[in-house]
Amino acid sequence: MNSPPLAEAFVLAHPAPARAAPAARRTPVWRTLFGDAVSSGITLAALAGLLELGPKLVSWGLVRAAWSGPGTACGGQGACWAFLRSKAPFILFGIYPPEQRWRPAAMVAMFVLLALWTLPPSRWTRLTLWLWAGAVAVAVLLMSGGVLGLTPVPTSAWGGLPVTVLLTVLSLAIGFPLGVALALGRRSELPGLRWMSIAVIELVRGLPLVTILFIAAILLPLMLPDGVKLDNLARALAALTVFSAAYLAEVLRGGLQGVGAGQAEAGRALGLSWWATTRLIVLPQAVGNVIPALTNTVVVIVKNTSLVLLVGLFDLLSAGRAALTDPKWPGPYMETYGFVALIYFVICFSISRYALWLERRPAFGASS
Amino acid sequence: MNTRRTGGPAALRWSRAKWRNALLQVLILAAAIAGALWLARNTAANLDERGIAVGWGFLSRPGYFPISQSVLPYSASDTIGWAFAVGLANTLLMSVLIVVLSTVLGFALALARRSSKVLVAGLAAAVVDVLRNTPVIVQLLFWYSLVTLGLPDIHRALHPIAGVFLSNRGVYLPALKIDGPAVPVRLVWLGLAAGALLAGSASILRPGRRRILLYAAALAWAIAALIWATVGLSVGLRPPRLEHVNFIGGLQLSPEFAAMALGLVLYSSVYVGEIIRGGIEAVPKGQWEAGLSLGLTRSQTLRLLILPQAFRTIIPPLTSQYINVVKNTTLALVVGYPDISFVAASAISETGQAVECVVILMAVFLLISLLAAAGMNTLNRKFALPSR
Repeated sequence: MNSPPLAEAFVLAHPAPARAAPAARRTPVWRTLFGDAVSSGITLAALAGLLELGPKLVSWGLVRAAWSGPGTACGGQGACWAFLRSKAPFILFGIYPPEQRWRPAAMVAMFVLLALWTLPPSRWTRLTLWLWAGAVAVAVLLMSGGVLGLTPVPTSAWGGLPVTVLLTVLSLAIGFPLGVALALGRRSELPGLRWMSIAVIELVRGLPLVTILFIAAILLPLMLPDGVKLDNLARALAALTVFSAAYLAEVLRGGLQGVGAGQAEAGRALGLSWWATTRLIVLPQAVGNVIPALTNTVVVIVKNTSLVLLVGLFDLLSAGRAALTDPKWPGPYMETYGFVALIYFVICFSISRYALWLERRPAFGASS
Repeated sequence: MNTRRTGGPAALRWSRAKWRNALLQVLILAAAIAGALWLARNTAANLDERGIAVGWGFLSRPGYFPISQSVLPYSASDTIGWAFAVGLANTLLMSVLIVVLSTVLGFALALARRSSKVLVAGLAAAVVDVLRNTPVIVQLLFWYSLVTLGLPDIHRALHPIAGVFLSNRGVYLPALKIDGPAVPVRLVWLGLAAGALLAGSASILRPGRRRILLYAAALAWAIAALIWATVGLSVGLRPPRLEHVNFIGGLQLSPEFAAMALGLVLYSSVYVGEIIRGGIEAVPKGQWEAGLSLGLTRSQTLRLLILPQAFRTIIPPLTSQYINVVKNTTLALVVGYPDISFVAASAISETGQAVECVVILMAVFLLISLLAAAGMNTLNRKFALPSR
């Protein structure tokens, strides 16, 4: 009997040679465009649409457009880009004193740089948190002035993109801790606390932001005692903050539900207090679980700041509308709204792509 | 088992924690109540100082503010209470229109994004990205300026298909009109609408219960047909026609209505589309393969196998999207379509009864949210996996 035992005959003696990866099957371009009747039809329809609209758009936006000059240069059949060239500073900075415009510009630049600095998850440290807190304080001081020889500028003169940025950052900075408190309250074992958190969250989420802005603009001054005056910006900020807090709380609740009960029990077993367990063990994991969703909420908040137009605040969109009222120009509405939309798009699209990137990268840290 | 607590350090600590928790809650509640009372007292003092009497009496006084368009009849001498009803009807009309149209368009968008045709999927993805990353209020203003400035004046109105006119004064569509005496015509409309509603709600029920509703729908339609035959009604499409400086007849949509509907339908169809796409993609791939291997076509598999399962994932986010649609109609303020928040703003500036008007607004929207949530729970139960 010199043949090997049966079982051994099936065992590989050597590792099998690695095979080349299968060639990715690529459909040639002409086939995706004209492969079958449906594709050809769609391609031809798209081409027809392009041929119909393309020349009109080119003629409107390029050939017949007025690129420079005064208001009289516009008014023909083309786009009025000259208006944007002349009004862009006003749309971006509103009625902030022109010789002081470096201040809002510096503030926006500071937040852009700080946001870029914060992108890689390895920088999500305590230092970054302090940097953001410092930046918020510096931003408010820079805008309002009155210190270090800066001319004081009242909030009624703030306008344009800086107001949009400031409203976003401040409503997030104040709304996030509130949102954490509401989310924890909603999951609390104390019924009184739980029901109050639920009531606040559902009340705010059940109302349109327009109504909340109304309440802040019309009712808030009535509710405060004589002598206490909140300016327009503070009232709009209060509305946006409450709104952000309620929505962030719901996102965070999802994150809290994703943290196993064993984590909190482990913390208690180690002798940590409830607060220490929550702060050191539960919250970091809960936040880590929902970072992409939180980032998408930021997009919603950026878009929502545009509603302050309705309570007479001077954000990017209102500044665009104010620029349009200049009687020296024929009022190129579509170009202006397109420009404003483009700025919002650049901000929001970058944030949502970042969220997508976060979502797709391998799970990080304690979550997973 | 009887778990009697015996005295001891552990029990003592437990009861101390319990006391502390109870005290904490009482303190928090007391603080909340005190805060609310403080705000209410300030409000009362401030209103008193301004000479505004709190109460609902103003609702039965005439408002003397105009409402440019409405489904319900309205004139400036009507009461403020009626103005609120008119505004609510406008809000609901706009919401229903947007919910229906954006569901259809969103479904198409979801299929387009899943299409294997690169051009279609790419175009759909680009549309989704642009519409999702710009504020809806900017979009509404853009569409409004496109309608009022981009479209030609009434004499050179665009005329893409017979009976449809697009001009900067509004959009004119042919109207479907039943001719005859007023009462039977209304009854016929009522019967047709009731039948459609019953048949529509039947389609989301299980076969057993579906039959009753379908019979009821058939009955409603039969009654409508009977009235039609006995009275001798006739139906016709009434296209709008230009007379001198205005269009007469047909369905006339103001620029505000057209811009609102266009902007909000596009905006929410993007969200609806992404929800539907997510739902379809959440159904395991094996279900597609099972359907195809049974010899069903792709569209049959989608309709019979995939969509019923996708509904389970789709319903909750879709409901909150529909609530968002109702909430988004408050943006009508910016283009001047008279919805309920427009009425509230007008009433506040006319009478100064800010507290009452805001309370009405809050009550309306909270009620709509509650009703929608209740409806969703019912639907969820219908589509839940039968558990054994």
